[in-house]
Amino acid sequence: LPGAKSGVAGAVTMEKVTDYKDSTTYNNFYEFGTDKADPAKNAHTLVTKPWTVAVEGLVKQPKTWAIEDLIKLSAQEERIYRLRCVEGWSMVIPWVGYSLAELIKKVEPLGNAKYVEFITQADPKTMPFVGSRVLDWPYVEALRMDEAMNPLTLLTFGMYGEVLPNQSGAPVRLVVPWKYGFKSGKSIVKIRFTDKEPRTAWNKAAANEYGFYSNVNPDVDHPRWSQATERRIGEDGLFAKKRKTLMFNGYEAQVGQLYAGMDLKKNF
Amino acid sequence: MSAALNKALMHAAAKPLVFALALLPFAWLFYGAFTNNLGANPAEHLIRATGDWTLRFLCIVLAVTPLRVISGTPALARFRRMLGLFTYFYVVIHLLSYGWFDMGFDVPEIIKDIIKRPFILVGFSAFLLLTPLAATSFNAAIKKMGAKRWQMLHKLVYLIASLGLLHFFWMRSGKNDFAEVAVYAVILAVLLGWRVRQYMKKKRIQPISTGREQLSK
Repeated sequence: LPGAKSGVAGAVTMEKVTDYKDSTTYNNFYEFGTDKADPAKNAHTLVTKPWTVAVEGLVKQPKTWAIEDLIKLSAQEERIYRLRCVEGWSMVIPWVGYSLAELIKKVEPLGNAKYVEFITQADPKTMPFVGSRVLDWPYVEALRMDEAMNPLTLLTFGMYGEVLPNQSGAPVRLVVPWKYGFKSGKSIVKIRFTDKEPRTAWNKAAANEYGFYSNVNPDVDHPRWSQATERRIGEDGLFAKKRKTLMFNGYEAQVGQLYAGMDLKKNF
Repeated sequence: MSAALNKALMHAAAKPLVFALALLPFAWLFYGAFTNNLGANPAEHLIRATGDWTLRFLCIVLAVTPLRVISGTPALARFRRMLGLFTYFYVVIHLLSYGWFDMGFDVPEIIKDIIKRPFILVGFSAFLLLTPLAATSFNAAIKKMGAKRWQMLHKLVYLIASLGLLHFFWMRSGKNDFAEVAVYAVILAVLLGWRVRQYMKKKRIQPISTGREQLSK
């Protein structure tokens, strides 16, 4: 899945890209198990063809998209983003996709649409750990409309020039680089426009630990660990010191204005 | 059968063999770290694996006495001290891995981290409590302390095991993932439950008139 170099500001970091092997064997995708090696082992059972994505809710053009048509909706771009996990590690990944804004413009949200909700696949037949009590299934994530419209928010179909491997959220996922990784839902089947802030999967599981915004923020610690530093997978070796985490994961210039005047300690 | 097993366990090679086996996980991890074969996050792998092995050795060492009594294999007792010391060995490596690879030996940061993450405090307490047990594991210490006091001290292992389990439970609670925790909890409960039953039995056999709990024999 080739993608042209993106012209979006901040979309291509010059940092060293994480090895494909590391970024595809160290994953959080609880539908396939909670150990980070599990998804690579178990996700082969996921059936990604045929696949449809229903766009519904407060839009003028609700429609169920076949994945083939969704891929063709806009030109594929390569974006090299930092990925910061809430657990304190990070990677640099070359994604392939296009700005979610392209799809949003196409489906024409109504004036009262304030949020976009992403509902992901939850099929106990192909996802062995759906039904485990870790989370409420299906896994649901959401963004405020202006966050969803930001050009950095990527509707993603590939990585490293290839289609997404199953464990990385095939055939379509979201990537929101200034938020902790869990905000970027994998294997999306439904995109819903709403007027109320949706309850999201981790927020339902532990509201005091995972807020709706979950922006990367070194000054707001997780209740159980510090967020000031991170370990870059594959680069910061066993004996290296961890690196400092950047505000909004280093995308402050692009997204800082979205949160002007907000208390980020309260809206974590 | 059990006589043959007993004889095998008394063999001169038995102790070095058990020693080598108990060292294998460490050798494997060391080799993995050296050849960069511990997956995408080697620090995390080392910390978790050494924690796992500490818990496993706790279970193994606590299983020695029940196995010895049930199977009628007195020679098993020869391995108890070594296995106990290996438990301590793995917890030290566990603590060092955390302090070094996760925290870069930054002491103020470590103190902040312990305050922030009470599960680390619980684990650290278990380590501290295990230290006097390891330090008094040689014959001279037993002689000096007297068997009774030595045994009293070493009963701390039950508290240590509980703290270790709590540490693991708390660590896993972030992901609501308690399957493995439950396995260790069941094993430890069985091993401790057996001891409670033995204690009750002995209490019943002892003449009540003495009014003393004779635990030591």
